Amino acid sequence: MAEEKKEYWRWLESRWTNPNINWRQAKIITGGVDVGSVSTQAVIMADGDLYAFANMRTGSDSPNSARNAFNWALEGTGMAETDVKYTVGTGYGRVNVPMAKKAITEIACHARGANFMYGPTVRTVLDMGGQDCKAIRIDDKGKVESFLMNDKCAAGTGRGMEVFSDLLTISINDVGKMSMEVDVEPEPVSSTCVIFAKTEATGLLRQGWAKNKVLAAYCRAMAGRVNELLQRVGVVKDFAITGGIAKNIGVVSRLENLLGLKALTPRHDTQLAGAIGAALFAKGLLEKDLKK
Amino acid sequence: MSDIKRYKTEPLKCWGKAKELRAKYYREYQEARSKGGICWSGGAEAIDVIPYAFGDDVHALTAEPYAAAIAFDPEFAHKCESALESKGWARDMCAYMRNYWGSVLIDEYAFGGPFPKPHFNLQSGFCCTHAKWFQVLSLWEDVPYFNIDIGTIPFWKEEHPNRLQYIVDQMQDSIEFIEKVTGRKCDDERLIEGVYNDSRTTSLWAKITELNQNTPAPLDEKSMYSLYVFTTLDRARKEFVDFYEELYAETKDRVERGIAALATERLRLMSDSQPPWAFLRVWRYLEQFGVVSTGSIYTIGLEGVWDIADDWSLTPREDLKSRGVELKTREDALRAMADWHMRRPIYAMFYNADWKSKLMVQYAKQWNCDAAMLHLNRGCEGTSLGIMENRTALIKAGLPVLTYEGNMGDDRDFDEGRTVARIDTFMESLGLNKLT
Repeated sequence: MAEEKKEYWRWLESRWTNPNINWRQAKIITGGVDVGSVSTQAVIMADGDLYAFANMRTGSDSPNSARNAFNWALEGTGMAETDVKYTVGTGYGRVNVPMAKKAITEIACHARGANFMYGPTVRTVLDMGGQDCKAIRIDDKGKVESFLMNDKCAAGTGRGMEVFSDLLTISINDVGKMSMEVDVEPEPVSSTCVIFAKTEATGLLRQGWAKNKVLAAYCRAMAGRVNELLQRVGVVKDFAITGGIAKNIGVVSRLENLLGLKALTPRHDTQLAGAIGAALFAKGLLEKDLKK
Repeated sequence: MSDIKRYKTEPLKCWGKAKELRAKYYREYQEARSKGGICWSGGAEAIDVIPYAFGDDVHALTAEPYAAAIAFDPEFAHKCESALESKGWARDMCAYMRNYWGSVLIDEYAFGGPFPKPHFNLQSGFCCTHAKWFQVLSLWEDVPYFNIDIGTIPFWKEEHPNRLQYIVDQMQDSIEFIEKVTGRKCDDERLIEGVYNDSRTTSLWAKITELNQNTPAPLDEKSMYSLYVFTTLDRARKEFVDFYEELYAETKDRVERGIAALATERLRLMSDSQPPWAFLRVWRYLEQFGVVSTGSIYTIGLEGVWDIADDWSLTPREDLKSRGVELKTREDALRAMADWHMRRPIYAMFYNADWKSKLMVQYAKQWNCDAAMLHLNRGCEGTSLGIMENRTALIKAGLPVLTYEGNMGDDRDFDEGRTVARIDTFMESLGLNKLT
C-alpha cells in the first residue's frame, strides 16, 4: 500500500476568540473576510476591537471558502451571522464573499489593518501574501499613499516558499528557523522564477549542499527580491510586514539586514491584516449608514 | 454628485466614417490580387509611400494594426497563438508578431476567409523583431522580401547626413526590388504626391492630439486608439489625409465649444505603451471615477511627427508643403520622407529610457496630467524597455504612477480582476470615488 504523502507546505489553520470581550455588550459588530489565493481569513470586530478570527486555506470555491472561514470564526461564540451588522470582503476573491455588503481592495485593507496592528507610526507596509507581494506607503490613518505589487510570478511569495518546503521535505513552520542555521551566508538562488530557483536548488542538493544551506539561499533570494520592490516604492520608517511570510524569520531577518531597519512586532497574527482592515472599513461604513 | 462639474459631450461625427475607412482598407487588401492589383505586407513602420508610387491598385496590410485587430478578438487570437506554440515558437516573443504569424499558419484572415498571401513583404526595421518578423514570413509564404534597416538614432536628437543617406540608399534599392517583383515602374510624380500626403497625415495626427491639452479633453484615449490607426495603415493615401482634415476640424470645434470626451472629467491621466487590446473596457472603467486618459507618447508619437526642442517641449511638425519643402526628384522625395519619419517621438522608447522619461515628463506638463498609468507590456520589449525608469522619473516630477502588467496582443498575460483592484486602490489613494 502506498504511503500517504506528507504535505510539508501545509501550514496550520487556526481560530481564536478574545476571552476579554463580551460581544453582547458591544454597540457595533462588524466582519471582514479576506479571500486570498492561498488563505482565507474571517475576522469579527466588536466596537473596533478584534473579537474572533478564523484562518484557513482557500479552496477552489471562493464563496465557500468565505462561508467556511466566517462560520468557523463565529463557532462557539454564540454569535449568529445576523449579529454581524456589516461585513466587507477583500482579497483576490472579494467579489465572491456572500455575507459582504461591500468589496474593498486588499491593498487598502492591508494598509488599514497594518495601521491597527502596528499603530499609527507605520509608514511602509510589506505584505507578503500567498501569490503576490505588495509594498505600500501609508499615512498615519492607514490610508494608502502609493504602492507597488509584484506581477505574475510566485517568486517572493508564500507559494514559492511552499514549493521549497515540499522540495526539501521540511515543514513550512520550520523553514525560516532552519535557514538561519548556517555559519556563512550562501549566494542566493534565482529570484526571478520559482521554477528556476527550484531547479537550481535541486542541483545544489545534488552537489551535496545541506538543506538548511539551500533554504538560506532561497530565503536570501526572496529577501533580495522584496527589497527591490520596497526600494522602488521607497522605505520610510516605521516599517511593518504583514502576510504569512512575516512569520518566516529567515526572510524577515535577511530583509531587515538589507534595509538596515527593524520591522515592528505585530500585535496579532500577520495573516489577519487584510481581514482586520476590511472589518474596520465595515465599521466606518456602518457608522455612516447609522448616521443617515 | 451634484457638486461635480459636468461638461457637455457629443459623439464624434466622423466616427462612422473611421469605421468604414478601416473596413475598406482591410477589404481592399483582401481583394487586391483577384482584381489584378498588387498586395503587399510589412510593418506599420514600413515606408509605405514607396509601394504607393506603383499605382492606386496597390494595397497594404500593415502588420501591427492587423495583429492588434486579432488581439481584440481573444478567441481568434488564441487559435493563432496555439498554432504557433504547437510549432515550438516561444510565448515571450513579440505578441503582434505571434498573432500575425499564427493567422498565416492557420490560413485565416481576421476579417473572414483565408489569409491573403501578399505579392511581397517590405519592412523597415528599427526594433529587434521587425526584420526577422518578415524574414520568417517570407520563407513560409515563399514571397520576396526587402528590409530597410533603420540602424540610427532619431534625428530630433542628432542629425547626420551619413545616417540619412544610409536610409535613402536602401529606399532606392527597395524601389528596384519592387520594380523587379511587380514588373511595374515607379511613378515618381505619384511618389512625390505620396510623400506630401504622408507628411500631412502624420502632422495632422500630431495636431489633433495636441488639442487634447485642453480641459476638458475633446478626445478620450480609447477612441484615439481607433482614430490613430490610419497613421499606421497607409499614410500616403489621400482619403486618410482627408479624414484627418475632417477629424482635426471637428476636434477644434469641440475645443471651441467646450465639448468633452468625458462629461465628468476631474482627473487627467497619461498612459504608456500599446494597450491590452482585448481589455479596452479598462479605459471605460476609469471613466467611472471621472478619469480621462489624454493619451501618451505612444498614442501621439507612434506616427505623429513632432518638433522636439532642446527643453523636450513638443510641437506638431508642419507638413512638408506648409514648410515650403519642394520635391522635384525621386531622391528629393525619399530624402524628405526618411528625414520626416526619423523625427517621431516613438524612437525614444527603443533607443534611450532617459529620453523617453524626459518626453513623458514633458507630456505630463503639456497635457496637464495629474497621474500616469503605465502598462508593463509583456508583448513588446521595445515599448516596455526602461519603463520602471520612466516610472521613477514621473514620480520625481511629482506624478502619482500606477503600473499594471499585461500584454497588448495576448490576453493570457492580463489579469483583469487584479488590474481593476489596482485601479481601485490607486483611485482611493488619489482621493477619488466612483461617480456611478
